[in-house]
Amino acid sequence: MNRRDALSRVALLLGGTVIGGELFLAGCTSADKKIGQSVEFTADDLAYLDEIAETIIPATDTPGAKDAKVGAFMGVMVKDCYKESDQKVFLEGMNKLNEASKKKFSGNGFMKITPEQRKELLNELDKEQKAYAKDKKKEDPQHYFTLMKQLTLLGYFTSEPGATKALRYVPVPGRFEACIPYKKGDKAWAL
Amino acid sequence: MPDNVYDAIVVGSGIAGGWAAKELTQKGLKVLLLERGENIEHIKDYKSANKAPWEFPHRGGKTTEMTKEYPVLDRDYPLNEMNLNYWTNEKDCPYTETKRFDWYRGYHVGGRSLMWGRQSYRWSDLDFGANAKDGHGVDWPIRYKDIASWYDYVEKFAGISGSKEGLPHLPDGQFQPGMELNCVEKDVAARLKQHYKGERHLFIGRVANITQPLPGRTNCQYRNKCWLGCPFGGYFSTQSSTLPAAVATGNLTLRPFSLATKVLYNKDTKKATGVEVLDTQDNKTYEFKSKVVFLCASAFNSTWVLFNSATDIWPGGLGSSSGELGHNVMDHHFRVGAEGIAEGYDDKYYFGRRPTGFYIPRFRNTGSDTRDYVRSFGYQGGASRQGWNRQIAELGIGADLKNALSEPGPWSLGMTAFGEILPYHENTISLDKTKKDKWGLPVLAMNCEIKDNEKKMRVDMKNDAMEMLEAAGLKDVKPSESDYFMGMGIHEMGTARMGKDPKTSVLNAHNQVWDAPNVYVTDGACMTSAACVNPSLTYMALTARAVDHAVGELKKGNI
Repeated sequence: MNRRDALSRVALLLGGTVIGGELFLAGCTSADKKIGQSVEFTADDLAYLDEIAETIIPATDTPGAKDAKVGAFMGVMVKDCYKESDQKVFLEGMNKLNEASKKKFSGNGFMKITPEQRKELLNELDKEQKAYAKDKKKEDPQHYFTLMKQLTLLGYFTSEPGATKALRYVPVPGRFEACIPYKKGDKAWAL
Repeated sequence: MPDNVYDAIVVGSGIAGGWAAKELTQKGLKVLLLERGENIEHIKDYKSANKAPWEFPHRGGKTTEMTKEYPVLDRDYPLNEMNLNYWTNEKDCPYTETKRFDWYRGYHVGGRSLMWGRQSYRWSDLDFGANAKDGHGVDWPIRYKDIASWYDYVEKFAGISGSKEGLPHLPDGQFQPGMELNCVEKDVAARLKQHYKGERHLFIGRVANITQPLPGRTNCQYRNKCWLGCPFGGYFSTQSSTLPAAVATGNLTLRPFSLATKVLYNKDTKKATGVEVLDTQDNKTYEFKSKVVFLCASAFNSTWVLFNSATDIWPGGLGSSSGELGHNVMDHHFRVGAEGIAEGYDDKYYFGRRPTGFYIPRFRNTGSDTRDYVRSFGYQGGASRQGWNRQIAELGIGADLKNALSEPGPWSLGMTAFGEILPYHENTISLDKTKKDKWGLPVLAMNCEIKDNEKKMRVDMKNDAMEMLEAAGLKDVKPSESDYFMGMGIHEMGTARMGKDPKTSVLNAHNQVWDAPNVYVTDGACMTSAACVNPSLTYMALTARAVDHAVGELKKGNI
């Protein structure tokens, strides 16, 4: 499979066609944020994205999304790789997510609520994005939380902490064993 | 001799050009190897080869900036940040798409031998005899017996790993031990064999990755990062294999940044006298002289050089007397297949990243099978456990999702067919003199499409894949089907075909241009038909064979 295989592996690296090349950007107070290459994330924006990512992929016995600097990664991807329309969805989504938090938790924005409340909120948003994706037409925009979740998974599992701690990363396998035993709980190979 | 005179000039340093340079220098000729692009030195210049995934800011993906710069590359997988410098920039090197044609090029030392798919299969007489049998195109001037020993020769040097299967329609070769099928693939192979009563075969892909060391090369380390360039020399490329052999003779001069613009032709002797070169660094034109010229610039660019070598006797280009120069463009059509889930293997896994998949050779229009189209197709595929990017519908976010995605997912198996495209006279490339590249040179215009025969074949390509995966016991079997446009196979062939008759072909049985016998064309341009297997091994064999002929002819004073 060769280079065609390489292709599918790149797609895999990117989290498949879902993520590939279509991204976003934003700031939590910034419906007026510029899009395109002039998109800028403030330190507060990135901290906010870090907390969203950490809620999706928390530290457990292995590092979480914050350890993997996924917030900053999201910023880079949204700025460099997202079409403007996806940037808009993402940026607006940062506001929407915060508004949803305020609405649900008596005026408290996402940064002010507890980890448990964050988990509850994002699980709701995850159900919302799954339902949206089911009925969505091809040309419809993605749900902002689909984008956030995809970027979090991509950013985490291809990061050094994610690939080497949550997964097993072997840079130079040196051999191929075609069929070895697997037992539940063994980590997947990175890449 | 003066510093612009050589025994032989080779245009292009990819798979064919590397072989030509190696063979010519080893036979004692002083050779000038011209490469239009930059040098990429083995190991030293493989900038991304040892990077971890997290060292790429976009984790290997593409940015909007790249999409703007490379609109054609963006059409398929090649656009990525890991080996972007291996792919040709369309702004500097534009072309005209009279009909959509995806042209993925590599303009640097090694050409696409650095990024190639490495699948390496022999042709059989079913392929060499196909045009004569069904009347498409013209008959090949050679048969399997003419090339078999050259396949032996190039396989041993290049290092092809694979298994012997004893199939007349896909001859065995001089293989290193093949890589292994994983457990799902082995079981699928066994079920297909049983279900189709031994008529359909699934085995490990024959691939130019070595499983045993060769001189100067370490065996494959199972990183599967081949297309970044291999620091171990684990796969065949110009850099890992033919170039060092040529350099070792002391007979090679490699000249990067040297765009061959025309073959210089003497109308009295009816022979080439050398090559005109545009130096892309100083923008000056140079002439180099030689007794023999090998055009190995990639199928379309070798023909571009011939077009651009037009003279008052050959206004359509050198080699145009038959009217076939630029015609009969072929590729392999693909992006149709199926995928499914293999249940019952949750306790099985693998170690290492095998850089090949499985191969299912042609079975349609083979043996006693006949269809309502001619020619055939084979499948390439693989089984693996799904990774972290899989969908887990029942999990939302949080630790449960993280833990689940940290483990391998279900086994899935997918495969895509690669089908033969007929050599249609009306599928052409031509010079578009209204458009110029960065150096003011006219560009190529592509006017090619697949027709009914290929479209009928694609129906089988999909249905047979579905049927086989279901017969093999896979679950949730789905077709995979995407649009195909010519060029996407990155197997451009034809435009200067070999043949028996100078009235209907550009090259003779030894790859000599009928109109200029000391000019040989041995890359994809020479192909008379396309078969359904990956073509590069055949270019290697044809090139080595042609060099042997050329050196013999030089000694005899015939050219």
